[in-house]
Amino acid sequence: MNIHEYQAKALLKEYGAPVAEGVPIFAASEAAEAVKALPGPVYVVKSQIHAGGRGKGKFKELPPESKGGVRVTFKPEDAVANAEEMFGKTLVTQQTGPAGRQVNRLYIEDGADIDRELYCSLLVDRSCGRVAFVVSTEGGMDIEAVAHATPDKIQTIDIDPDMGVTETNVEKICMVLELEGTAHDDARLLFPTLYRAFTEKDMSLLEINPLIVLKDGHLRVLDAKVSFDGNALFRHPDVQALRDTSEEDAKEIEASKYDLAYVALDGNIGCMVNGAGLAMSTMDIIKLYGAEPANFLDVGGGATKEKVTAAFKIITADPAVKGILVNIFGGIMRCDVIAEGVIAAVKEVGLQVPLVVRLEGTNVELGKKIIDESGLNVISADDLDDAAQKIVAAVKG
Amino acid sequence: MSILVDKNTKIIVQGLTGKTGTFHTEQALAYYGTQMVAGVHPAKGGEKWAGKSGEQLPIFKSVAEAKDATGADASVIYVPPAGAGAAIIEAIDAEIPFIVCITEGIPVMDMVKVKAKLENSRSRLLGPNCPGIMTPEECKIGIMPGSIFRKGSVGIVSRSGTLTYEAVFQTSNEGLGQTTAVGIGGDPVKGTEFIDVLELFLADPETTSIIMIGEIGGAAEEDAAQFLKDEARRGRKKPMAGFIAGRTAPPGRTMGHAGAVVSGGKGDAESKIAAMESAGIRVSPSPAKLGKTLVDVLKG
Repeated sequence: MNIHEYQAKALLKEYGAPVAEGVPIFAASEAAEAVKALPGPVYVVKSQIHAGGRGKGKFKELPPESKGGVRVTFKPEDAVANAEEMFGKTLVTQQTGPAGRQVNRLYIEDGADIDRELYCSLLVDRSCGRVAFVVSTEGGMDIEAVAHATPDKIQTIDIDPDMGVTETNVEKICMVLELEGTAHDDARLLFPTLYRAFTEKDMSLLEINPLIVLKDGHLRVLDAKVSFDGNALFRHPDVQALRDTSEEDAKEIEASKYDLAYVALDGNIGCMVNGAGLAMSTMDIIKLYGAEPANFLDVGGGATKEKVTAAFKIITADPAVKGILVNIFGGIMRCDVIAEGVIAAVKEVGLQVPLVVRLEGTNVELGKKIIDESGLNVISADDLDDAAQKIVAAVKG
Repeated sequence: MSILVDKNTKIIVQGLTGKTGTFHTEQALAYYGTQMVAGVHPAKGGEKWAGKSGEQLPIFKSVAEAKDATGADASVIYVPPAGAGAAIIEAIDAEIPFIVCITEGIPVMDMVKVKAKLENSRSRLLGPNCPGIMTPEECKIGIMPGSIFRKGSVGIVSRSGTLTYEAVFQTSNEGLGQTTAVGIGGDPVKGTEFIDVLELFLADPETTSIIMIGEIGGAAEEDAAQFLKDEARRGRKKPMAGFIAGRTAPPGRTMGHAGAVVSGGKGDAESKIAAMESAGIRVSPSPAKLGKTLVDVLKG
């Protein structure tokens, strides 16, 4: 689960990390009051969407020469004017795709006198199974580009969970980031604080890009991106309250209510599969035969008839879907349960597009019989290759 | 021979009294007499568990007690996600040699604690978020469907449950059969990795070929490929077929499994396929052709 920058900063501030003063606004009319609450003389107006590249992004509704999604202003009235221009517009960045995201929240922040821009993130390093700091002196730019061009400028420092962040860890980070004097003093507090926030709140990513050294030598969190481990949300109601569903796909929200793993994609063949690996392979094989999947959908191991029906409805509600492929290898999941769910769903919502069903595994004969005797126009397939070829042919018609 | 489990393996169940634990324990008992010996429940020690065919198992209040009373050398965990990390740690503390955790959805931070505990312990952990392990006609731990297995010569290791079934089903249909099938699970932080299982398959004389199924996310497939190259240089090599799921997955999106995500430009399918092919693994373009691909490799 992702949150907005202003929420991430508020959370880090609670832990004692140095962040600038700032005020989030939820309507353009709130801009003037927000600006009044800040000391000035520099005001930064930042679009709040769940996507990176905001500074270089462009608003669809504004002329191309207009400024991007993050604007630095030097007068209170300019800050207000920029906020009014940006609010409600659609921001297109490298990460949003061509459709862009509507900006419904802005964050107006006190400006900073920047001396140096650094990079710092925390994540779970799967190679060692530990939380790790990833740090670099090359802050303020796309870290993937840095990793590609100058991988030696990025260092990873993993943390022993039994020890926490040690003096030695901090010294190593400071050495990589070339932090001395006041910045070094700040660092001794900041890095253990970030680790504490990360582990206590079950984050999956905490990215500060940039972490800045101010002209007065102090450290400050200038931007913050935080994602949480979805599997740990049950123990953090405070984090759940930060969810902004307007940033999520409506179909994915609906799917999450039924505990279905669903990812919306751009193609036209809807997929319903059991198991994440098989669901991914089903997408891959559709592409291999020259078509595009409309979604990833894993109904999971213990799916009920109701769950299968819900999954089928979510797929058919997508107007882009021109054909459906159901691919089940029943282990725990019984093929007859899938068959009953599909038929119940078809009877309820109708079937306007071709449907190919491939069943294998536990109770496969019973499942096939249920489908054959339903009288519905279902194309059955023997294996995944056969199924993919049949649905691609049916869609291309 | 097989790896890790055989007809002598004695297994206790953590989370036996729940619906999932009960169902799969009944299935295991019905599978060639897999030795399920006891259950563990902190509040139900001293009671009996009864399956639907009248089978009975004693319930102990702790793993340590169950191990002492039964001589168990393995544990399977069906405990729900919030308590599963603690269940694994209890099994490690009781020095259970082989722990299999089926549970999906354990918080990563809990697994970070488990991983630290595993170091310098006497236990091996398989999973979590995995289908378990099967040695045909001998031992079934976890949720794999027994009916598709056939005793034979292929070692199967996979990050995905249903793709494991595809590989098992196809190798059975090709007449090859399996020595052991191992599902290592789809979580980013887990116990047993590809390399650990490949090492065992290479050392097992009855395993004469191997299927390895990976997916996007992390670098475990690349690490495994490097390991296989190093072993081949030492003269240890077996014919292998493979598959990688998630070629078309969009970057930054988690595809069902918590560990299946391409992030920061790392963990994509193409680099894994390239690494596996460079280690001599024939990578099938389709999961429907795993068995056939292996047969082609064996024909040379």
